[in-house]
Amino acid sequence: MKKEFGLGACILKDGNSMEFKTGSWKNRYPSHSKDLCKSCMLCIPYCPENCIKEKDGLLDRIELDYCKGCGVCAKVCPFKAIEMKNIDDETNAK
Amino acid sequence: MAYNLKEVVKKESRLVSGHRMCAGCGAPPAVRGVLSALKEEDNAVVAVATGCLEVSTCIYPYTAWNNVSFIHTAFECAAATLSGAERTYKALKNSGRLSKDKVTKFIAFGGDGGTLDIGFQSLSGAMERGHDITYVCYDNGAYMNTGTQRSSSTPHFADTTTSPAGKVIPGKTQQRKDLTEIMVKHNIPYVAQTALFGNLKDLYEKSEKAIYTEGPTYMSVFAPCPRGWGYPTDDLMEIEKLAVNTCFWPLYEVENGKYKVTYKPANKLPIEEFLKTQKRFRHMFQEGNEWMIKELQEEIDKKWNYLLMMEEVTNK
Repeated sequence: MKKEFGLGACILKDGNSMEFKTGSWKNRYPSHSKDLCKSCMLCIPYCPENCIKEKDGLLDRIELDYCKGCGVCAKVCPFKAIEMKNIDDETNAK
Repeated sequence: MAYNLKEVVKKESRLVSGHRMCAGCGAPPAVRGVLSALKEEDNAVVAVATGCLEVSTCIYPYTAWNNVSFIHTAFECAAATLSGAERTYKALKNSGRLSKDKVTKFIAFGGDGGTLDIGFQSLSGAMERGHDITYVCYDNGAYMNTGTQRSSSTPHFADTTTSPAGKVIPGKTQQRKDLTEIMVKHNIPYVAQTALFGNLKDLYEKSEKAIYTEGPTYMSVFAPCPRGWGYPTDDLMEIEKLAVNTCFWPLYEVENGKYKVTYKPANKLPIEEFLKTQKRFRHMFQEGNEWMIKELQEEIDKKWNYLLMMEEVTNK
């Protein structure tokens, strides 16, 4: 892959770490229940990976491509809407 | 603008996914919280002192910094680098080579090693010269990047690889250096100490004040490290809450010399509650080591009472 850099080899494209998926680090993953979620958004700023996304004032999804499975969101949630599950339990989890 | 978490999370994040900090690290939410206080239309230049945050957010040729200009600096010179950038910006603006109506803010981040120890002289110099910069120290209380060596911010009695608790020494034998107070003594317009607490109102409001106050400002943010402190990665919020409620990490700000304790716990918990959650303090609960807890509790009470006293005296 050809990459282009600026003067002093600076990185020209900001936020290009999105191309590097850290999701393979995890051995458990958060499962989000839309029924229990009240969209209080508390999990979003606490997530170290910034992988919980909101849309139109509602919690939209958790991007498992980047989630490292730390479990902070599950503990932060006051409504127990996020549950950590082992990766072996679910074959379709990334 | 009054703080509204639902509005704040709508802002585009300036530190995106794909960085390689450990799972459950306290630093990325702290950094994101600080940068979320920037107005969306404003630019920012960020310099980071060497430390976990720098080496894992900017692994060449990737960068996790989004919508900010990031400068990679050496351990000791984040504040010096940033003050140079700020002065250049002012010169370019004065000579008309940069548009007058675009606002750029200058923010430095450093770990406690890069701030309290190695970067201290450049930080002190930048504060004294009065650059319009904000320095944010995310404090995890040791050199976590290289494997938990003691720093001057390591709490008294904490077990690290260079202050190992055992038969000879009881962990770190010195008290923690209180840089927030040292910064207050630089007579700069705004100094604050904050943590990821509750719905992050405290962090947001202090960051907003720090960034948009003219002149040098300093902030210290409590950033737990699951690897170095020895606690499960899930417990980030719990550890922060205990640190604040035991007054191990008081939340306060000093604006033009006036102290304000921004959170006073209704029920101040004994320090054991905080200590027992982490492996680095495990030896303090062994038989015969009760004096360590007593001594640490006394130090914390002394500091807390000092803050309450200063709040009263400076607001008269």
